[in-house]
Amino acid sequence: MSTATTTARAVTTSTIATGKSKDRNLASLIFLGVLWFSLFFGVVVLLALIIDTAIEGSGRFDHYLFTDYEKSIAHEQAQKFSELRGIPVEDLSNHFTGFRGGILGSLWLMITTALLAIPLGIAAATYLEEFADSSTWYNRMIEVNLQNLAAVPSIIYGMLAAAIMGLMGFQFKGIVIGGAIALALLILPVVIITTREALRAVPQDIRQGSLALGATVWQTTRRQTLPSAIPGIATGTILGLSRAIGEAAPLIMVGLAAVQWDPTGFTSKVEALPMQIFRMASSPQEAVQEAASAGIIVLLAMILGMNAIAIIIRNKFQRSW
Amino acid sequence: MTVVKEPGPPLGAGPAPVLTARSRPGETVIKALLRTAALLSVAITIGIILAVLQPAIDFFRQVPLSDFLAMSDPAESGELKPAVLPLLWGTALTTIVALLVAVPIGLAAAMYLSEYASKRARKWLKPTVELLAGVPSVVYGFFALSFVTPTLLNDILQLKVSLTNSLAAGLVLGVMIIPTIASLSEDSFSAVPMALRQGSLAMGANRMQTTVRVVLPAALSGVAAAVVLGLSRAVGETMIVALAGGSAKSTSVDPTEGHQTMTAFIAQTAAGENPPGSAEYNMLFAVALLLFVITFVMNMISIRIVRRFRQAY
Amino acid sequence: MSTQPATATSSTEGEPSALSLSIDEEAKHSVIGEVPAESVMETFHLNVFYGDFHAVHDVNLTFGKNEITALIGPSGCGKSTVLRCLNRMNDLVPGARVEGEINYHGQNIYGPKVDPIAVRQHIGMVFQKPNPFPKSIYDNIAYGPRVIGMKVDNMDDLVEEALRGAALWDEVKDKLKQSAYGLSGGQQQRLCIARTIATKPDVILMDEPCSALDPIATAKIEDLMLQMRKDFTIIIVTHNMQQAARVSDRTAFFTAKPDETTGNRTGLLVEFDRTKQLFSNPADKRTEDYISGRFG
Ligand SMILES: Nc1ncnc2c1ncn2[C@@H]1O[C@H](COP(=O)(O)OP(=O)(O)OP(=O)(O)O)[C@@H](O)[C@H]1O
Ligand SMILES: [Mg+2]
Repeated sequence: MSTATTTARAVTTSTIATGKSKDRNLASLIFLGVLWFSLFFGVVVLLALIIDTAIEGSGRFDHYLFTDYEKSIAHEQAQKFSELRGIPVEDLSNHFTGFRGGILGSLWLMITTALLAIPLGIAAATYLEEFADSSTWYNRMIEVNLQNLAAVPSIIYGMLAAAIMGLMGFQFKGIVIGGAIALALLILPVVIITTREALRAVPQDIRQGSLALGATVWQTTRRQTLPSAIPGIATGTILGLSRAIGEAAPLIMVGLAAVQWDPTGFTSKVEALPMQIFRMASSPQEAVQEAASAGIIVLLAMILGMNAIAIIIRNKFQRSW
Repeated sequence: MTVVKEPGPPLGAGPAPVLTARSRPGETVIKALLRTAALLSVAITIGIILAVLQPAIDFFRQVPLSDFLAMSDPAESGELKPAVLPLLWGTALTTIVALLVAVPIGLAAAMYLSEYASKRARKWLKPTVELLAGVPSVVYGFFALSFVTPTLLNDILQLKVSLTNSLAAGLVLGVMIIPTIASLSEDSFSAVPMALRQGSLAMGANRMQTTVRVVLPAALSGVAAAVVLGLSRAVGETMIVALAGGSAKSTSVDPTEGHQTMTAFIAQTAAGENPPGSAEYNMLFAVALLLFVITFVMNMISIRIVRRFRQAY
Repeated sequence: MSTQPATATSSTEGEPSALSLSIDEEAKHSVIGEVPAESVMETFHLNVFYGDFHAVHDVNLTFGKNEITALIGPSGCGKSTVLRCLNRMNDLVPGARVEGEINYHGQNIYGPKVDPIAVRQHIGMVFQKPNPFPKSIYDNIAYGPRVIGMKVDNMDDLVEEALRGAALWDEVKDKLKQSAYGLSGGQQQRLCIARTIATKPDVILMDEPCSALDPIATAKIEDLMLQMRKDFTIIIVTHNMQQAARVSDRTAFFTAKPDETTGNRTGLLVEFDRTKQLFSNPADKRTEDYISGRFG
């Protein structure tokens, strides 16, 4: 009995002394290998995705990608290229199809979405964090409701947006405001949740200091808490917008369709980059597939850019109280 | 010795400052505005229900429920194909494939992040896993269609898959929900008290045994919440299945064939030209209602579980 | 990893006879010595609850005009709780409830028509941890007067006056536009005092204002309090008995009495008197034990 105790203790001591010796057996190493594989699986898939798409779209990194509308090419140009490349004129428009409509449309949609979702989201978050008494039943209901909204399928937001547009009396819904309503509804929960986190990160000391001077809750919020939370809010909001710019499902429900012109206002008929990619992706034509690949690289670059901005803001301005 | 002075005028004559409430109309108006914004989130939920419910009710007036809850469309139905069970099956099959990818990989990544990675390494590795969540689903869909099906499944694995199939869609869908599962699971692993691990290590177990036999069971409810949330994401995802999962109803159990899912049905039908008010058009909303109810129930389950395990520690 | 409940009874009560009394009887046994001739604030039967927890029981105190009153006692006896009631900062604690009256110049600040914001404009507060705003030194001072809508002829003069009043002007006059976060802890705390002075309050509450500071910074703030006494009424919570003896005119000693059934410790006032009297000749055995370091 006493020997057993001694041995057990000796083992424990030796484990502690040599640190990881027990983690060096075959099973453990295989296990660790599996964990490593899982960790980098995503990166590998992402790399495969980007490389495959970039190769497939490599033929289309020309300026027509940005300057031309979907399947548009001037007639005299077509004649010239037809001779140059030996492709029948009627096929040519596919070779020179571009994303001008989608890129400009997505920018318009994003700005309009931001105008709708950011003020509303910040206002709602401010109320919930700074004013609401979270012990009352209706404020708790708002909380649960927000968690639920964050997980509603995006396509359903499109249906709501279409209904709202109908109520507002729009016959044709595939316009800037229609798409933006769909996307704003979609990212509103994200904006609210991240803004609340940013507000919560502002120390209570700051609020107390302000209130103790005789400031009102709104004065404290507007002049102390919100300004201190801006970097966090900006980061979260940009990430939300970067989600919106890649969404296609809600836009399908609003009825966005190909356009041959630039949007000029909130009621312009509009196209979106992910919608264009969606339509072109299922096309059997090689040239269209190629263009879709190139369009994906453009979309990914836009999203990457927005994420980079968000990270820069976070690293540069975020205070670690 | 006890002297308790009763309330009365101050002992010394001092100025009497005004303490009565000033009305602050600005403050009141702003608070009302902010509250309206917060209530808007409730209005959105109600709006969703109303927007979907009305056409769905119309649909059930036009089409008998037995046609909707059927395994196959009636022979003479023409344009309208009212059976929803094949769509439900398509969603289930694709989701199963997705979970088979995402649960093991998401859990393993979470285990590494919480049990093995140093604090500094975690700061870099976590965003790496979460990168996957930033890719638009239409991009994933294109990837499934243009790489996974022809190159990976057909050429490399030599599987005889159709052009659109649930396998490719499910695999890619699984990749997409890895971050959801990994990140929530990691939270619940990290919430397991250190004392449990130390107890296990002190008994002579190594880190793998501690992770699998102590930490994982202790965090199981959190993991369950993560899986349910991932499941709800997979069920609601549209673009991947609309592009790569197939556009015809199928009740086959073979994932190498195409299966239309609920979301794919909505997206593909909406892109068509059905006049509002027609049964074909209204069916969109009936399916959407079902989708909303399913995801809503799953979210509530997930929220419940999370709340319970938060209380446990 | 698991945290102990806050109500852990780590220290034991000193006097056995006190345990046999009910808390109501005990409160009646508060020793109230010489009360100030001219008072600014008085508490009457002040009881504070956090949810169901009775934190402070029946406190009766009188705060003299242009005096420094120190609140002392062992940790958890409710000093901060009483202090936070005096300018209604407890309103911000969810679940906190106050019974009894606190009269400020004859008006009950918990009266139905009273605006807590107006109360705080007259009764300022300095916190344990320096909490300057993430703004410039100048804006830290100017913030208070601006938000309460004070009529200010020249803000620069007011800022200078407040900083001089907090003995900080000479150290910061060349860097008014710099962030307050660049100041040392002691300077930050004096900035917080200056920020409070700038709104020209009547009473200033201080909750352990020196506990985060080194001895030199502490000495500076003690000197400052003695200077400020001619313009303000000061109420200070401190754990430092020498500090209470050095700066205060009057001292209130609190203790915490555990409930026999629940073990919750309810704070109550033991003795209130002139500081000299209380420290040299305490009337209650528990006061004597505490100030001689035998307990707490
Ligand atoms: N916000 C709160 N919610 C619930 N209980 C509280 C809260 N603040 C204080 N208490 C409780 O009230 C009692 C008195 O607390 P208080 O902070 O007033 O004591 P204190 O005398 O200031 O102690 P210390 O010397 O440690 O600062 C304690 O038991 C404490 O746990
Ligand atoms: Mg205290």
